[in-house]
Amino acid sequence: MITNWCKLERLDDNRLLLPQTGGMRVPGIIYANEKIYQLLQGDESTRQVANVAHLPGIVSYSLAMPDVHWGYGFPIGGVAAFDLDSGIVSPGGVGYDINCGCRLLATNLTLADIGERLSNLTTVLYQQIPSGVGSTGAVKLSGKDQKKVLEEGARWAVKAGFGTMADLEATEDGGAMSGADPEQVSARAMERGKQQLGTLGSGNHFLEIEVVEEIFDETAARVFGLRKGQVNVMIHSGSRGLGYQICDDYLALMVKHSQKTGIDLPDRQLACSYLDSARGRNYLAAMACGANYAWANRQVLMHQTQEVFEKVLHLSPRELGMRLVYDVCHNIAKIETFNIQGKMKKLCVHRKGATRAFPAGHADVPAQYRSVGQPVLIPGDMSSGSYILVGQQKAMQETFGSACHGAGRVMSRTQATKVSQGRSIARELADQGVLVMAASKGTLREELPEAYKNVDDVVQVMHEAGIATKVAKLKSIACIKG
Amino acid sequence: MQSYKLFDHTADIGMEIFGRTPKELFAYAAEAMLDVMIQDSGSNETSAESEMKTFSVEGRDREDLMANFLREVLYLFNGKGWVAGQCKIMECSTKRLVAQLIGEPFNKKKHSIKTEIKAVTYSGLSIEKVKPGWRARVIFDV
Repeated sequence: MITNWCKLERLDDNRLLLPQTGGMRVPGIIYANEKIYQLLQGDESTRQVANVAHLPGIVSYSLAMPDVHWGYGFPIGGVAAFDLDSGIVSPGGVGYDINCGCRLLATNLTLADIGERLSNLTTVLYQQIPSGVGSTGAVKLSGKDQKKVLEEGARWAVKAGFGTMADLEATEDGGAMSGADPEQVSARAMERGKQQLGTLGSGNHFLEIEVVEEIFDETAARVFGLRKGQVNVMIHSGSRGLGYQICDDYLALMVKHSQKTGIDLPDRQLACSYLDSARGRNYLAAMACGANYAWANRQVLMHQTQEVFEKVLHLSPRELGMRLVYDVCHNIAKIETFNIQGKMKKLCVHRKGATRAFPAGHADVPAQYRSVGQPVLIPGDMSSGSYILVGQQKAMQETFGSACHGAGRVMSRTQATKVSQGRSIARELADQGVLVMAASKGTLREELPEAYKNVDDVVQVMHEAGIATKVAKLKSIACIKG
Repeated sequence: MQSYKLFDHTADIGMEIFGRTPKELFAYAAEAMLDVMIQDSGSNETSAESEMKTFSVEGRDREDLMANFLREVLYLFNGKGWVAGQCKIMECSTKRLVAQLIGEPFNKKKHSIKTEIKAVTYSGLSIEKVKPGWRARVIFDV
């Protein structure tokens, strides 16, 4: 099997081996069946998997999930773990949108309960939830409050009245990553974060109303509180300008000092610092601030969503029953413990467009889900809806407890804009039963459903490989885009 | 000669910029980035609030200088809500440049945002001397 530059060996139906060559310190493994492999042809992501394998202290493999595609530095869908003593942390391996992630809200409603009010509900959500480039949120932060947001994440939001303690229990890391130090965040990043709390953003960020279409795993679905026909909401957003600025600041700093560290980089975007260095520790402390801002942001977005549902549908909180199923991040670096050749070792796991997928019994899975495993939220393109998976033990053995994060693009934005000329994407989606409202027509074109891989194929690879297995499929009925 | 063209990148936007001299290359790069981000209503008149900003940027080499320069121009918009219209490079060496920008605060009546650029990446960043002058390749995170 030959790509444009290297030879991949098939390990089994769902995995390809990228052999260790040149300066690679470990081999690469790409999760792909034949169908997904064909889509990788001509894409630079395999080379990026190899580039990541050059980084000091990388453990076992440089990994790519089945939604892998060409990113900058790390591929999107990339997972790599680093030894705490000899390894590095790379801002580019986390991405600009620190703790970009998904949040799934369940309700007591079925589609019949909404009926003809769906259009009005979507319009009010679109009006009330700021989206699009440069949008500002309803929450204006003082300098003191902003520091608290960076330290306490979703906990700050709950204290400020945006949600309940139960929401925190259903959020990865309880909605607050430890080690956050606002002193390590630049004035520029603080400035950009002041007015964006409670905003969705643009590009691939969205808020969708979805209906549970199919249940694959009755037990896990029951534990997650999902049932067929139930109306849910999926929110995809991140740390907004504050996160982008933190990444940018540290990347510039690490490029500036990369000659001194003596780390040979195949791509400057992989600029990094040793985990055991002041710069590496400072980045992790700033990154945690970005992660916490994102959790607070999604918490505020959830609160706004709940208010709109109650108002438009004239329901009490009890009648609506909106509750957080789970909130996961998919752009992050985390210190986690894994069994490496029989020894438990703490590693720094980079997930760049990859979701944590911890199995049943893991201490970091919320107590309410520990009997089945962690919910893994996988949105597809606008027309197809989302999958809910559950993490499996094999993820701990093979992927540092990680799974895919979405469908993954196959088409560039320019290509998508070109092929959608003369078409009304909103009308096409309406014909498929999805009501779409977007701040920009350009975004709709760029986010064209066929610009993405088929999420069914991507999820099937994870399911068959036994990394994260299917629990439920949700069909999108309304979508708000930036 | 067209000063820039876009090339395909699966997740992001790739841009190839051409200039006869390094000074022109850097100036065109800033203008091209803004052209992708912001659409003007068409009026060439500068508003009453039009102002000039002059700043210097440093880098390890030409590529690093390009990344640092573009991220400054991007921050003026993303962080300060200021839109540069024209860009002139006053001084330019391999490791340092002085830029002069004429622009104005973002005005919804005059400007509309086409694409949000999150950041200037180092991925595949290159500056080369080509036959008629200079060529830069930059990938933006969008």
